[in-house]
Amino acid sequence: MMTDDGSGGMTSLQDAAAVTGIGETRYVRGTEKSALRLTLEASLAAIGDAGLTPRDIDGVIVYASGAVVAEDLLTNFGSEDFRFSATTPMGGASPVAALQCAAMAVATGVATHVLIPLGRDGHSGARISRRVGAMRQFRVVSEFEAPVGANAPAQYYAPMARRHMALYGTTSEQFAEVAVTMRRHAGLNDNALMREPMTVADHHASRMIADPFRLLDCCLESDGGAAVVVSGAERARDMPQPPIWLSGMGVGHPDSPSAITQRPDMTRLGLAKAAPRAFEMAGVTHDDIDVAEIYDCFTYTVVCQLEDLGFCPKGEGGAFVEDGRIGLGGALPTNTHGGLLSQAHVVGLNHIVELVRQLRGDCGTRQVDGADVGLVTGYGDLGDGSIAIMHR
Amino acid sequence: MIRDDRPLPEPTAESQPYWEGLRAHRLVLQRCAACKTPRHYPRPMCAACFSLEDEWFEASGNGTVHSWTVSHHAFHRGFKTDTPYVLLTVDLADGVRMVAPLVELVDDDASRLSLGLPVVLEYDDVTDEITLPRFRIDG
Ligand SMILES: [Zn+2]
Repeated sequence: MMTDDGSGGMTSLQDAAAVTGIGETRYVRGTEKSALRLTLEASLAAIGDAGLTPRDIDGVIVYASGAVVAEDLLTNFGSEDFRFSATTPMGGASPVAALQCAAMAVATGVATHVLIPLGRDGHSGARISRRVGAMRQFRVVSEFEAPVGANAPAQYYAPMARRHMALYGTTSEQFAEVAVTMRRHAGLNDNALMREPMTVADHHASRMIADPFRLLDCCLESDGGAAVVVSGAERARDMPQPPIWLSGMGVGHPDSPSAITQRPDMTRLGLAKAAPRAFEMAGVTHDDIDVAEIYDCFTYTVVCQLEDLGFCPKGEGGAFVEDGRIGLGGALPTNTHGGLLSQAHVVGLNHIVELVRQLRGDCGTRQVDGADVGLVTGYGDLGDGSIAIMHR
Repeated sequence: MIRDDRPLPEPTAESQPYWEGLRAHRLVLQRCAACKTPRHYPRPMCAACFSLEDEWFEASGNGTVHSWTVSHHAFHRGFKTDTPYVLLTVDLADGVRMVAPLVELVDDDASRLSLGLPVVLEYDDVTDEITLPRFRIDG
């Protein structure tokens, strides 16, 4: 339970909650299933993995930018009520931010088992440029930037990558290194969409989308669902799966959160503020991290987050990803499931599932040896960041 | 040009003077009436002193390139005929940034781009009501 760490009455969430269940659907491109059905399939898998039934779930955090609301889950579960219901509206940073929110709920006894589900028909339903226009957090750029031709995340984010390249000498070869590594990892995952081997030459030959982003710098749009269950520490010890402890969590908004254009330092994300909070809470250092699942909507986003996480100084993320450092067998195996780039896009809930699987030691041929401590990040909207550090 | 298909801004009470300025081929920006800190995009409060009083001033439109992207893919059908097009993020001399396209991309314009490259604002009358900003390389 929550403990007083003596720092002026602050209580710490360190190890006050654990991920006790994980679930995923098969990931596909092309489905007749609704986002709600995919959400329910993933939820049932996660709840079953936790040794629970849907009626045991008394809290839920749904995706604020998604199609499913808490009422849908109550109705389908036939539950009398949820004692806790929230959203964490940070775009792609939402699911990892939800881990912090869920930990707070179960640590305080407001809820016992919180479900974080996400299902989407990102391939078969409305595509990204149509979805963005409907989101309130894009209201400002919709008025001032969409009319001049910036209509999708690739176009909003590309200038961050271009400036990083111009200031620090970061190269397209380094971005390719990220894409090729994620693809190699996906080849070891039978629930990954893109498993054909990719070379740096394949990356360079892929068509330009929004310079410097080529097609193979961009994540997939896919259909599928994933879910996790978060439970309080005392309950977690008596559940069927080994608890994966949530030891440090943080969220952060970038400067000028509504418009990248106006950001004093375009190469610094909200994660730069969130990461120190999480490392401090967890009481670990970067050397302790055995595996990292880093939100990879674009290759550049991984490079930038490695810097903002503190694994290397600002500007050195490009060099950091070279020489196999982020591959299996490297110093920091990253996105061992293939990531959004090559596994599937379920807004990073697949990253959370993968980290838990790694820390349980259940990853088979892609298992990181001796994975005791790991981290997962989220990145969303115009630079929101979230992080969770976990251990077994 | 399939202009009718493009997303058009819907000016709000906050942003009306900016859009009216562009329509008159003037760059009119918002600043704090109390401490004079300029701000963009238009909004109700000064983040420096929390004043809710604002005023508008005419800016030069001169600036330098802060960053850019070249869009080869149109994510909105209204821009399909324009690809590839350059979107510049520009540090205006007046203390804020703007994003706007580079006027017509000719062959190696993209390779001329660099941080700090001087640019000048132009006005693109899209409809009777709406004028959008665009930049050309200075000189
Ligand atoms: Zn002021």
